[in-house]
Amino acid sequence: MQLNGDRKVRLVLAAATGALLGGQSVAQAGQWSFDSQLLLYSEPDRVSLFEPVVSARWHRGDDEYWNFKLTVDSLTGASASGAVPAPQPQTFTTPSGKSTYTVGAGQTPLDPSFLDTRFALNIGWERPLSPLWKATLGANVSTEYDYQSAAVSATLARDFNLRNTTVSFGASLGYDIVEPVGGVPLGLASMSPAPTGDDLGPANRVGDAEQKSIYDFMVGVTQVIDQRSLMQINYGFGRSSGYLSDPYKLVSVVDSRPGLGSGEPLAQLYEARPDSRTKQNVYLAYKRGIGRDDVVDVSYRYLWDDWRVRSHTLDLRYRWDFASAGYWQPHVRYYQQSAAEFYTRFLPEAVLDSPVASRSHASADYRLGDMTGVTLGIKYGRPTPRGHEWNCKLEYYMQSGDAPRAPPGALADFDLFPAVDAAMVQFGFTF
Amino acid sequence: MKMRPVIALLVLVGAAGCAAGPKVGVQPWERGELARRCMRWDGYPLEAAIDDHIYFSKEASSGGAGFAGGGCGCN
Repeated sequence: MQLNGDRKVRLVLAAATGALLGGQSVAQAGQWSFDSQLLLYSEPDRVSLFEPVVSARWHRGDDEYWNFKLTVDSLTGASASGAVPAPQPQTFTTPSGKSTYTVGAGQTPLDPSFLDTRFALNIGWERPLSPLWKATLGANVSTEYDYQSAAVSATLARDFNLRNTTVSFGASLGYDIVEPVGGVPLGLASMSPAPTGDDLGPANRVGDAEQKSIYDFMVGVTQVIDQRSLMQINYGFGRSSGYLSDPYKLVSVVDSRPGLGSGEPLAQLYEARPDSRTKQNVYLAYKRGIGRDDVVDVSYRYLWDDWRVRSHTLDLRYRWDFASAGYWQPHVRYYQQSAAEFYTRFLPEAVLDSPVASRSHASADYRLGDMTGVTLGIKYGRPTPRGHEWNCKLEYYMQSGDAPRAPPGALADFDLFPAVDAAMVQFGFTF
Repeated sequence: MKMRPVIALLVLVGAAGCAAGPKVGVQPWERGELARRCMRWDGYPLEAAIDDHIYFSKEASSGGAGFAGGGCGCN
């Protein structure tokens, strides 16, 4: 590799740092460093999100670090309820049961009462336990008006082979509480309007709150290949149990008999998912320096679970680096998943005269359907004279899925899996 | 028994890394390029966390580079 003088000096200095710290950033004892990121997210006619995140990292000394991170999500807009479009306008009760909204003929039903602000706090601690072992502990809490979450995690990493190989083991344990607006709906029961009387609330509710617990295990190996490349392979195993349904999603029961009214919704039921899910994934990542200062970063994840979801995620970034003039980084991400076994766009009434009795789980949530997501993006980043960085990223996400083949009657005229696009802008600044 | 190929792959990669010695890996003074922020796995942690949150809320998959987790009513 040919190096000019300036670059050689820079790499030698960085190498001295790397040798001392094993690749960690330089920080003196007692020093604070800060990172911040802002996301603006918008789906046309659907959800908008504003998410600022700020983190602080404190070097206590002897490579012991404390990390603090605060996230705020502010979300407004409408989300697909899962119900099917109909040839006539449809009126739905809001989750609280206290008001209604009407969806036009042929329109995908969107619940417009989507409004939430979430606050999340993460605290992390990391330090070497010996020259070769390093421990990381973390705790997270988050709160939104209908959802509370708490989790703890621990990771142990050991270096081998002159720190060229790192093997890490991690575990995380979480506990979430969901308190749906209007109460916890009874799965696959009819979403009826509220009984007459002001304070009775909506029908078919079975309580005020439900819970779920989540645990995850991870094992990973990172390998330095040469001076300009490294790779990582992780295996993850996770299990969630408890209330895993989305209390605001619906499944339409549709008249599937031929004749008048075929394809029209007869009832709207609350969705019901199994009460446990076991997920596994394998993740591979590779980074390589190219040319003078460019970097290519590629990763692939395969995920499978006992809901029969299988997904492939391929991510590719190329950092085109101009040193002090900054860098441009194009990004492509491709995601493809198969549907959960209980996913159905609707429940056909001719087959299931009593859907509740003959089926224990059903969801029309498009996020559990056969679908593909493609992200295209570009990021520009620029170092500051003091060694920090600001950056800006623009991305466009396109999600499309498979609608059922040959739906009955009137449903054949409608788009049963409309594509969802999202535009995203992120700003980042370290200081 | 689906885990067997995964475990075998992990063991293989780990063993290859440990056994390769001078053929794979670098000396401590050769880590200059690897110390750059863009060459670290966690070089941009907030951006990665936001991306994970977006896809967690839009897709049925999460995790891989880190814990899959939960912590949000969005999915």
